[in-house]
Amino acid sequence: MQEGSTLLELTNVTRRFGGLTAVSSVNLCVAEGKIKAVIGPNGAGKTTLFNLISGVLPVSEGTIHFNGDQLTGRKSYAVARMGISRTFQTAAIFHNMTILENVMIGRHIRTKGQLLGAAFKTPRSRLEEKQMKVDAAHWLQFMDVNVDYNTLPGEQPFVIHRKVEIARALATEPQLIMLDEPAAGLDIRETEEMAELIQKICKHGVTPLIIEHDMSLVMEISDEVFVLNHGAKIAEGTPREVQQNKDVIAAYLGKEK
Amino acid sequence: MSRNNLLSVTGFILLIALMPFIVGTGSYWINVMVLMGIYSIITMGLSLLMGYAGQISLGHGAFFGMGAYASGLLCTQLNFNPWLAMLTAMLLTCVAAYLIGLPTLRLHGHYLAMATLAFGQIMVITVTAEVGLTGGPSGFGSIPRLSILGFVLKDDLVYYYFVWIMVAIVLIISFNIIHSRVGRALRSIHGGEQAANAMGVNTAAYKVQVFVLSAAFASLAGSMYVHYVTFISPTSCELKFSVILVVMVAIGGMNHLWGAILGTALLAALPQFLKVFHDFDILAYGLILMLIMIFSPDGIFGGMASLINRLRHRHIKSG
Repeated sequence: MQEGSTLLELTNVTRRFGGLTAVSSVNLCVAEGKIKAVIGPNGAGKTTLFNLISGVLPVSEGTIHFNGDQLTGRKSYAVARMGISRTFQTAAIFHNMTILENVMIGRHIRTKGQLLGAAFKTPRSRLEEKQMKVDAAHWLQFMDVNVDYNTLPGEQPFVIHRKVEIARALATEPQLIMLDEPAAGLDIRETEEMAELIQKICKHGVTPLIIEHDMSLVMEISDEVFVLNHGAKIAEGTPREVQQNKDVIAAYLGKEK
Repeated sequence: MSRNNLLSVTGFILLIALMPFIVGTGSYWINVMVLMGIYSIITMGLSLLMGYAGQISLGHGAFFGMGAYASGLLCTQLNFNPWLAMLTAMLLTCVAAYLIGLPTLRLHGHYLAMATLAFGQIMVITVTAEVGLTGGPSGFGSIPRLSILGFVLKDDLVYYYFVWIMVAIVLIISFNIIHSRVGRALRSIHGGEQAANAMGVNTAAYKVQVFVLSAAFASLAGSMYVHYVTFISPTSCELKFSVILVVMVAIGGMNHLWGAILGTALLAALPQFLKVFHDFDILAYGLILMLIMIFSPDGIFGGMASLINRLRHRHIKSG
């Protein structure tokens, strides 16, 4: 796929929870190879939007296309298999598994081993297991995780949890990676490091779509910014354009009277 | 298998090999330990289901019963070879478990517990009502024993070794599964189902797989039981048994296969000590479960593991 061609396309996507419209007629395009950021005040519907794309929630109206294929109505695991991976606001890593095993879960959809092969440790399942370990370690190195991979993530600092979660998402070999507040809970230095890693991911050929509250991060790395307020788009453009947009300023700081 | 597990398995095999000489080879305890082994095969499967896939089944007594009845009937009515009957019983149980698991495991919540509870009741009512075939409430006997190359596994001590070799095989298979692609998928369900789905893991499908596997283990145990006791009646697979199996896993520690074996050994030995209480033994089970849940919610094995860890940490700090 060429850089700049449309990877993900949302058309008139709406999601209602009872009487509340969390996402309202959103049209959003993500271009291959460009870092896109979705911003907006708390409760604007950003995470709901991610949940709609990744199939956690069904859309009430509208369609979502990925590489021209219809995503709407697909289950979450099926969306992942099509090449969309994601992280969660709270860094949803598996605390009952080692750091390496966490990332090995990312290799799940790229491997085949079944129950019986596993039960009797067939040569094929051993070989696959070995390869999964190598691949998982590769993505941990890619994300600069410099701790013992064979320990539980529990006592590691939060930034490690974030990196492990992103490594796990990358291990699925997605075309699009959705990062839900990748800098939340990180200090200034760690945020700076995260910005570099996100750019590295994009250069590597995986298009990032991010939700972020840290404006300095958004302004530094995004090619395009999409602003959501009360579930609807209020602005879209380059970081500079969005920063000067009156509606955006009003949404964040309140209206001037 | 990791090095730690390999060490534990070796120690375990040694213990099992020597146990009859500790309690006396002709002792009544050999019989108790045969049952311990048979029940352990069920609880290991149940521990995979409860501890790894986060689901509870109240029908494993019934799957055990299915294995026992199918094995017994195939041998006595259709003259099956006991080994073939055992395999056929497992297949039949797998089909039943699949049909129960497929619709219920897509739903969130404890629907599996309800569906298996109902299945268990249907199973017990059916074998009780079919008097002509199963002997109804009084059951039926004359079920042939297992034999290997013409050697009949009749002696208690011989059967003891046979059962515990099967336990070791099931244990190794279960460990292999836990440390595989499938096992990680299962553990990821417990670690966070939404994140597992986002990584492309079809969690519902894996829940069904592990449920069917655990039912197959229960069926295997049922066949092993029936070819040992050579008699089966509905009391061996009623709801109380299913509940006790769940209690065994919970007491031992559902996140550890070793916990399942420990819990089973304790609860299978317990009735020998509770005879003085007669029908009030169920109160003792309840009390034990309550105490464990209050003081060591991760079961006895989990509690011991964290205690050892803490002591080791303290040792490192002071040293």
